[in-house]
Amino acid sequence: MKVSSLRKIRIVFSLIMFSVFLVLFLDLRNLLPSNFYSVVLFSQFIPSFLSFITAAGWAAIGFIVVMVLTLLFGRVYCSFLCPLGVLQDLISRVANWFRTNKKRKKRVAYYRSWAILHYSILVLIVIAFIAGFVSPMGWLDPYSIFGRFMAHIVRPIVIQANNFLVYILEALSVYHFKPLELKVISWFSVGVATGLILLVSILAAFRGREYCNTVCPVGAVLRLTSIISIYKLKLHENKCNSCGLCASACKAGCINSNTKSLDFERCIACYNCITACKSGGVGFENVLRKEKTSSYNPARRSFLAGSAVALLGGGSTLTLLAQDEQRGQNTTRPEEKEFAVSPPGSLSIDHFISKCTACHLCVSVCPKQVLQPSLLEYGLKGFLQPRMDFHTSYCNFDCVKCGEVCPTGAILPLTIEEKHLTQTGKAWFIRRNCIVRTDHTDCGACSEHCPTKAVQMVPWRHRLLIPKVNQDICIGCGACEYACPTSPYKAIYVDGNAVHKKADPPTINEEPASQASAADDFPF
Amino acid sequence: MKRREFITKTITAGLAAGTALKLGGFSTLWAAEPAGSAKPYDLVAVRNGEPEVMFDRAIESLGGMSKYVKRGQTVVVKPNIGWDVSVERAGNTNPGLVKSIVEHCFKAGAKDVYVFDNTCDLWTNCYSNSGIEAAAKSAGAKVVTGNSERKYRDVQIPGAETLKTVKVHELILDSDVFINVPVLKHHSSARVTVAMKNLMGIVWDRRYWHQNNLQKCIAEFAALRKPDLNVVDAYRVMTRNGPRGVSEADVSLMKQLLVSPDIVAIDAASTKIFGSEPGDIPYIVMAHEMGIGTMNLQTLSINRITL
Repeated sequence: MKVSSLRKIRIVFSLIMFSVFLVLFLDLRNLLPSNFYSVVLFSQFIPSFLSFITAAGWAAIGFIVVMVLTLLFGRVYCSFLCPLGVLQDLISRVANWFRTNKKRKKRVAYYRSWAILHYSILVLIVIAFIAGFVSPMGWLDPYSIFGRFMAHIVRPIVIQANNFLVYILEALSVYHFKPLELKVISWFSVGVATGLILLVSILAAFRGREYCNTVCPVGAVLRLTSIISIYKLKLHENKCNSCGLCASACKAGCINSNTKSLDFERCIACYNCITACKSGGVGFENVLRKEKTSSYNPARRSFLAGSAVALLGGGSTLTLLAQDEQRGQNTTRPEEKEFAVSPPGSLSIDHFISKCTACHLCVSVCPKQVLQPSLLEYGLKGFLQPRMDFHTSYCNFDCVKCGEVCPTGAILPLTIEEKHLTQTGKAWFIRRNCIVRTDHTDCGACSEHCPTKAVQMVPWRHRLLIPKVNQDICIGCGACEYACPTSPYKAIYVDGNAVHKKADPPTINEEPASQASAADDFPF
Repeated sequence: MKRREFITKTITAGLAAGTALKLGGFSTLWAAEPAGSAKPYDLVAVRNGEPEVMFDRAIESLGGMSKYVKRGQTVVVKPNIGWDVSVERAGNTNPGLVKSIVEHCFKAGAKDVYVFDNTCDLWTNCYSNSGIEAAAKSAGAKVVTGNSERKYRDVQIPGAETLKTVKVHELILDSDVFINVPVLKHHSSARVTVAMKNLMGIVWDRRYWHQNNLQKCIAEFAALRKPDLNVVDAYRVMTRNGPRGVSEADVSLMKQLLVSPDIVAIDAASTKIFGSEPGDIPYIVMAHEMGIGTMNLQTLSINRITL
């Protein structure tokens, strides 16, 4: 393989990856098999790191693979695997169309390094994470930024476009395609998604991969790691004639052709420089081989390696300690009756909010759209993390999609049978709000929708029927709350279980129902 | 302008339908009736057969589908597809029955046959897991969503006290023939659900009904657009935990089928099959009193067929 073809390989590979991510968030008909998600999301650093802490299977070692790749070749993740990285490249390419030819040639010059700012952001995120706040990591995680962009901006647009096309086709009497429902738009999430994608886009349009090299926490970890990478990209002292072609092709602005230097920590492995160079002056150098002959400072090297390992190792150790602490904090104040309802498979609110990066993939795939980003329902810690919103919809009894797609282990996969008995919350009936009591008319919408008949209609005054809840077999799906027609307060609502419980199976009456077919004749 | 347009359309459609029915009525006088009676049946009940076979017999005894569907007409078939459950759970109308009805419509010369329901659970799941989407499509029907508000138009119900205005699916308002195909089930709030209750699946805002005297809304709405034909599927009957049901243990195999143009009569007869008395079901009594149909089965000419 020629080194000069690396750029082409990178372009093809990254476009395939990017398309796969588009499909992941735009699978409007839920046609993707569940294992497709885990295969693709294996590559994502922070989700994989979080599921490593949860020890949720093989997906958890994805970030280790990324680390090993970085130790060998530098930050290949940033150009080959990161969907936000590819998106930035596309944005910067589009921005280039609007430049004059003269400026276009030099799309990114050499920039100074903002290493201190970059590492400071990483340290703050790590401190917040150890303290139990996963949100800052989730806010800046490139995959999650991409996810929210897809979930709250791209997907709604695609759904509207789909519905418009269906509308036109139906006017032509073609009923083959299906319109899709768009339940609610969480304007706050749209705002957050837009804000971050705007920041990334502006940086990409004017400063190339500045986000990756000044803000991104994954970028920072890989940057640190790439200090000790074995194969490093380098300008050849003798072949380089300081023409500057490589520097103007560089997305990260990390090449200074005047001093013939390439800041490999900031190199995002796009390999544009190799292709741009006319004199073959850019290439890989095996650091281990070089060290035998050239200046080698073992003290510096081991210090750097040591600090990188310490940061990572220390991070996970402290996290484990923090987990134990959280377990102790699980005490749920009995007087506080209002818990948000976390998705089935999330074990407990604590587990959920300490693992979720709010990538909103579950929000995207939830067929009933009951999963909605929270504001402060989980408290400040769980900001933007999805909760089940029963005023918008309810949880589909036979669906386990959110657990299948979650890349961080915040929602663990459940079988349908497990899900049927997973109690995420319990229904509470407020008789004084109920139509049957206030208006003395039949209603029963709650009981109609209940999949386990935890809500039964029982005889009441005036030959009416009124709801009665059996909390033992309630799974907290929220169908009753959604269906209840009273406002502004519902007569039946689900209060979340801070720790999910196992529900009793629904009462199955084995005695056969009346056998009218056994009768000899019609009853009329 | 829109409202005016609608009113004109409704009147025209009403006149056309009325004339068609009248002509249909005369044509049966000359048709050779196998039973030899000149008076057409008000209601046909069949038992002990498969859904398709029972429907063949029932429609034959009413003079065939061509009595209701004329050449070149559009037909809307409205089964119950409310729930995301399997055929065996009997939460939805039997797919084989729906298919058979669609086939009869095309045989009678229908131009288009549409099938839809405003489902409770996720509509795409309900359509596929009920088996109805595949069955109706295989017979050539167009399967349309009922879960898109765009497809509903405001309609006023003349003489209604509670349900004065209601949003109704355009297919019900625009089609020449309306065939209502409910499944007989226990219902936790209405007590039993049959033909009148099935019409909750052709309106947009069901919540309003629950807020404003459910039983009365069901009765009042039945006056708006009476189905030209009602076919009740009582092959598998959910006798408790309705309307969704919890397991197959809630279902009893009854192997019956009823057909009638009288929506109140068919609800009354179905209620008896279910094991209850029509007089105990508030909306049946109300609809009877409003003159929408009759719940007095003894005044009707009923053809009882046992296979």
